[in-house]
Amino acid sequence: MNSLSRTLRDLSQYPSAIVSLIIIVLMLVVSIGVVIAIPYKEAVRLWRGGELVWYQLPKTVPPAWTNYFRSRKLPDTIIVDTRQTPEIKSYEPSGDGRRIVIDIPIEYSYDEFPDELSLYFYTTQVTKPPFVAMRWEKPDGRDSRIADFSLQSTRQNYRFSQDPKLIQRLKGEEPQVALFAEPGSQPPVAVKGTYHLKIEILTFDADTDVDVEFLQYGKVYGLFGTDHLRRDLKVGLLWGLPVALLFGLAASLGTSILAMLIAAIGAWFGGWVDELIQRITEVNLVLPFLPILIMVGTFYSRSIFVILGVTILLSIFGGSIKSYRAIFLQVREMPYIEAARAYGASDGRIVVQYLIPRIIPLLVPALVTGIPSYVFLEASLAVLGLGDPVLPTWGKIIQDAEFNGALYKGMYYWVLEPSFLLMVTGLAFAVFGFSLDRIFNPRLRGI
Amino acid sequence: MTETAVDKRDAFLRINNLHVWFELRRFGFGVVGHVKAVDDVTFDLHRGEAIAIVGESGCGKSSLMKTILGLHKPVKGEVSFEGKRLSELDRKGLRWYRAHVGYVQQDPYGALPPFMTVQRILEEPLIVHGVKDRAEREARVRRVLEEVKMHPVDDFLGKFPHMLSGGQQQRVVIARAMILEPQIIVADEPVSMLDASVRVEILKLLRGLQEAHNLAVIYITHDLSTVRYFSERIFVMYAGKIVEKGRVDDLLNQPLHPYTRALLTGTSEPDARNALTYKEVPPGEPPSLVTPPPGCRYHPRCPHVIAGLCDVQAPPEFQREKDHLTACWLYKE
Repeated sequence: MNSLSRTLRDLSQYPSAIVSLIIIVLMLVVSIGVVIAIPYKEAVRLWRGGELVWYQLPKTVPPAWTNYFRSRKLPDTIIVDTRQTPEIKSYEPSGDGRRIVIDIPIEYSYDEFPDELSLYFYTTQVTKPPFVAMRWEKPDGRDSRIADFSLQSTRQNYRFSQDPKLIQRLKGEEPQVALFAEPGSQPPVAVKGTYHLKIEILTFDADTDVDVEFLQYGKVYGLFGTDHLRRDLKVGLLWGLPVALLFGLAASLGTSILAMLIAAIGAWFGGWVDELIQRITEVNLVLPFLPILIMVGTFYSRSIFVILGVTILLSIFGGSIKSYRAIFLQVREMPYIEAARAYGASDGRIVVQYLIPRIIPLLVPALVTGIPSYVFLEASLAVLGLGDPVLPTWGKIIQDAEFNGALYKGMYYWVLEPSFLLMVTGLAFAVFGFSLDRIFNPRLRGI
Repeated sequence: MTETAVDKRDAFLRINNLHVWFELRRFGFGVVGHVKAVDDVTFDLHRGEAIAIVGESGCGKSSLMKTILGLHKPVKGEVSFEGKRLSELDRKGLRWYRAHVGYVQQDPYGALPPFMTVQRILEEPLIVHGVKDRAEREARVRRVLEEVKMHPVDDFLGKFPHMLSGGQQQRVVIARAMILEPQIIVADEPVSMLDASVRVEILKLLRGLQEAHNLAVIYITHDLSTVRYFSERIFVMYAGKIVEKGRVDDLLNQPLHPYTRALLTGTSEPDARNALTYKEVPPGEPPSLVTPPPGCRYHPRCPHVIAGLCDVQAPPEFQREKDHLTACWLYKE
């Protein structure tokens, strides 16, 4: 406890240490929050959900806040659902059935045109299919017919851009442009104001009810934007944080502590034990690390836990064992070790109580600075297509972006967001590790 | 101590015909020779007796001491304690033996683990020897710190070795050697790394502890001037062999072996007249312990060498007076 508070006091003298520590603590808090708010199963369901989960979101659009830096504002995504706003829906009796009138107001104040307009109809029954008629009213009062059809399924989709009759009526222009444009303007100019989409539904018995969900897919979305599967990048980026931290921490902790223990055992017992450890290390050092991981990923499993295990296994017998052994060999000859043997301390006690404490000041900074390299390793593997098949990770988002030509198509946000998070994580741990190094090894302070 | 007093005490540590050799390997394979660090050493240690082993660096005195501590295994010969042979003891027996032998090292700073507090350092032997009660451990730590005159004890318990002076560090080392209430203390040049000003204090402390607890002390040194402080007998070692054994007064006043005489001439007593006198030192260097010279090992440097005897046959021990033996052909009857 005493030494912990002393370490913290020493740390407070380095501003870089404070900043990096704040970032690390923040990342830990956010990770825990994310895991609680979006449990593992839910995260996997969302990330693997596809169109059924994400049908309301536009494809590959940048975050909404980018509008602050644009001179021509891009339209946002607008969702109007009669199940949530029943006041825009009214009923009138008509013959055997009734007439449902829905008036969807659309506030339009953007300079560009939306990506797509889409409607979902939810009908209670289709044995007597209800009939739908839709009209479009512009801010100046002019209105035009959109489409008339009957509902053949309980969940029916109508896409404006997919209706050939509508396109024909609009003289071949794309509906999402023509419906908002000043007539005759070239290039098309958007008219700002309140539009109304008026839907009349005729049912043929009194019980049938129809609800409508109107989706105006914008060209920006949310805090983080979306990807090619309409997924909100927020889920992937947030869940990538605990995954990255877990991978980095587990790999770094596992590797350095096991390497230190093995080096201590080898240096203390010497003889064939040491020989064996050294030969294994030398063989392992010349084995190509990345190709082995790629092989494991290709032929065995791409699960993050398998990759983590293989990473730890391959990194234990690495260069660190050699440097730890060099220090242990030196410490082994210290007179206090001889004294411990003279009063009868066992081999295990000497290794744990006398050898290892000497290496802790070297181990802790190395452990912290080692975290980012494993975070990057996981991301690199994901970029190479060996990411975990179910979990969202930053590397996999970058891979998706790369695979879909994000940079070529100008979707910079898709690459920059995960890269930025990777960079901040790496920087925080690296800077914190350097500060710890200066505290644990005061000789470095002058440098 | 009178002669009869020495005789009455039983010899509880016997070193018999002890050989400590280290293997020399070439490229890690195959033994190509041995470093004969200790070659045929025999002596007894009596309860409460202080002996000094004197010799120059590399004469094998440290190897002898480490063998007595059980850190090296002899290739031949025996160390036996209270009638039990060290080589025949099991783990438990070895632990029992180690509780009876305390070890005071040369370099007090290196002898103390730098990451432990004084209290922890002193508790370690107790933990190793199964003293589980925390309060008892602390009481024993306090008692032993009082004994080595670290006052006030509370100031020192929480300190790390680097916060102590050299003399205080050596007191902690002595306290650690004493905490298991041993019967023998092995002191390996306990004052050679200390300031001249604290040497006498440390030697007096050791002497006081020896008398208070009736300890046997094996005091290892290359410095004859400190031997007088508390040794009763002196063994002079040269190239792995004991060349002269005797009681302090006899040996220092009437050295027999030419090597002992050379050592004594080389010793500086704090006397102003010494500054002007020229001291004759034996020519040459100590021999290689891998291929020691045949016959008497000192003969290549000896001014009294008897050709055809000293360089052929190793001298046996000749008794000159009671308790004063030497391995030199000059004293053949």
